[in-house]
Amino acid sequence: MTEVMIGGTGTALINILFLAILFVVALAIARLRSLFAIVMLSGVYSLVSAAWYILVDAVDVGFTEAAVGAGMSTAVLLGAMLLTARTAKPEKPLKRIGPFIVCLVTGVMLIYGSIDLPALGDATSPANAGVGLTYLQINWFDTGVPNVVTSVLASYRGFDTLGETAVVFTAGLAVALLLGFGERSLAETLRKQPKAAPRPAASNTDGGAA
Amino acid sequence: MTFAALIALLVGMCMLLIRALIGPTMYDRVLAVNSFGTKTVLVLGLLGYVMGRPDFLDIAILYTLINFVSTIAILKFFRYRSFQVPLVRKTDAPARGGDRNG
Repeated sequence: MTEVMIGGTGTALINILFLAILFVVALAIARLRSLFAIVMLSGVYSLVSAAWYILVDAVDVGFTEAAVGAGMSTAVLLGAMLLTARTAKPEKPLKRIGPFIVCLVTGVMLIYGSIDLPALGDATSPANAGVGLTYLQINWFDTGVPNVVTSVLASYRGFDTLGETAVVFTAGLAVALLLGFGERSLAETLRKQPKAAPRPAASNTDGGAA
Repeated sequence: MTFAALIALLVGMCMLLIRALIGPTMYDRVLAVNSFGTKTVLVLGLLGYVMGRPDFLDIAILYTLINFVSTIAILKFFRYRSFQVPLVRKTDAPARGGDRNG
């Protein structure tokens, strides 16, 4: 009974709700000036989009989005934030027009491009009719992995995935070295500490850490 | 019934989102984001049962792990400004991240 209910309008409703949350979060990220709030909201954005990817059956993309977007990039953005100011400077209204037009044009082009895409789960679409159908038929006998996407990523294209992982690892390592997560930022904090000590006691939210 | 629970969770997500948007202090936002992650995990688990594919439960568990680790990382970062500090309180702890209102 529930599956009948969820079938058409239910899934559409949940899709619309997820997309509405994404829209609100994106709007807030564009409007806010506090960088910490923006970093937190980008984590929320990643989580919601990951959940939405899983809802539309792109489980591997959702996995990646959750690990990289919600886990790793939040930490990296925090590290970048500590090296700069706490709030963004407000832009002049005239300067906002250029980026707005670029975003608008890109969005219109993307929507125009998505008109030609086949419907979700369309059996006659090129992805499902060509090599995808072959993978569906021979996957179990070749690899014994129940999920076809996993078997393609980790078995048929295993070396490709290994290379990708190496690239992502190198990029993460480079970012960590550039930001100086470890001793360098700690040394910076220690250097600043004597100056920060005589600050007025506004530590009511410090939670008894003293 | 499951569908009603799903709707309730989504309403709760919207309320947490409001808290994350207007939250006056940093800790409000961290808590709101952490609870939002928990809600996402619950929604994923419920979605698996509603759509007749309970395999989603594995993914929900993975999300829980990521959510927990990232919250710990955020709080540790703001306490110590570094990831290389052990999570024990020392009596003469030199580094105090005094930043609270992002």
